Amino acid sequence: MDSGGQLSGAAIALFASVFLACAVEAVEATTIVLAAGTARDWRSATWGLGAGLAVLAVITAVLGPAVTRLPLSALRLFVGALLLVFGLQWLRKAILRASGHKDSRDEGAIYRKQLAAAQAAPAKRLGVVPDAYAFTLSFKGVLLEGLEVVFIALTFGSNAKNVPLAAIAAVAAVLAVGLAGFAIRAPLARVPENTMKFVVGIMLTAFGTFWGAEGAGAHWPGSDAALLVVAPAIACFALLLVAVLRRSGPGAGPGEQAAEPAKVAA
Amino acid sequence: MSKLRAFGAFAYDFVIGDDWRVAIGVAAALAVTYWLSHATKVATWWLVPFALVVLLPLTLWRAVRKR
Repeated sequence: MDSGGQLSGAAIALFASVFLACAVEAVEATTIVLAAGTARDWRSATWGLGAGLAVLAVITAVLGPAVTRLPLSALRLFVGALLLVFGLQWLRKAILRASGHKDSRDEGAIYRKQLAAAQAAPAKRLGVVPDAYAFTLSFKGVLLEGLEVVFIALTFGSNAKNVPLAAIAAVAAVLAVGLAGFAIRAPLARVPENTMKFVVGIMLTAFGTFWGAEGAGAHWPGSDAALLVVAPAIACFALLLVAVLRRSGPGAGPGEQAAEPAKVAA
Repeated sequence: MSKLRAFGAFAYDFVIGDDWRVAIGVAAALAVTYWLSHATKVATWWLVPFALVVLLPLTLWRAVRKR
């Protein structure tokens, strides 16, 4: 925010990037918790959700202050490198999916697979938790997907010197997706997850490129405004790669249209 | 020991992912940017985007070839 209390362009970009990235992770975690609750036991799945969130809160409380204490140039170099590697992973998968070289992620199919596995597993009590399987499934899902939420919120927030706004965006995304999932009690299969992942991959790569180079001592022409050129340039390059790969690909359609997977993609 | 190994595998997958060459390429690009920025007066902002333009098609090409 600027001195007048209004949201600046950078703050809007920060909020949008963190919200979108965290929403994608929240969709994946919600699918797992819903499968655990529906197939097994809602009480145990809720315990797993709570335990996962508690561990994430501890990790955030430990890592948060440590990250924000680093000098800005070292932080930008370290976090820029991580975001760039992380972003290129996302972008690689997104381009392969959009060009038909990798099966699109299908929350409905993943939900059905989790549901079948959960129904087949034997019941076992774990202390106050009635069903250990539902607890563990829910706990692991929340913890693993949540770690990415914490990573994204902390790295974006600390680099932009606005951890509170990044945290608000992350919590808003998790709440919005979580509440929607529990309201309809079904996987959020209609969320354009593959398209969202494509956009998030571009954002992570763009911020990683910008902060990584700046942390290494480079000076961008136009300073922060360079990000407004870097992000669209990466998007154009990624779309160009999709077009090139599609010509040599198995003939699947783009993004969500390619969501007719032969097998469930991770 | 097996838990430590499992954590190591998780951390590797979380950060490095499917292609370790991308991580090496990013590290190399940032190292060259750091060295040139501190040792010379040459403009270095283009080095990381240039690395991206090389690394992304390369990793995609490897992935497509593997299928």
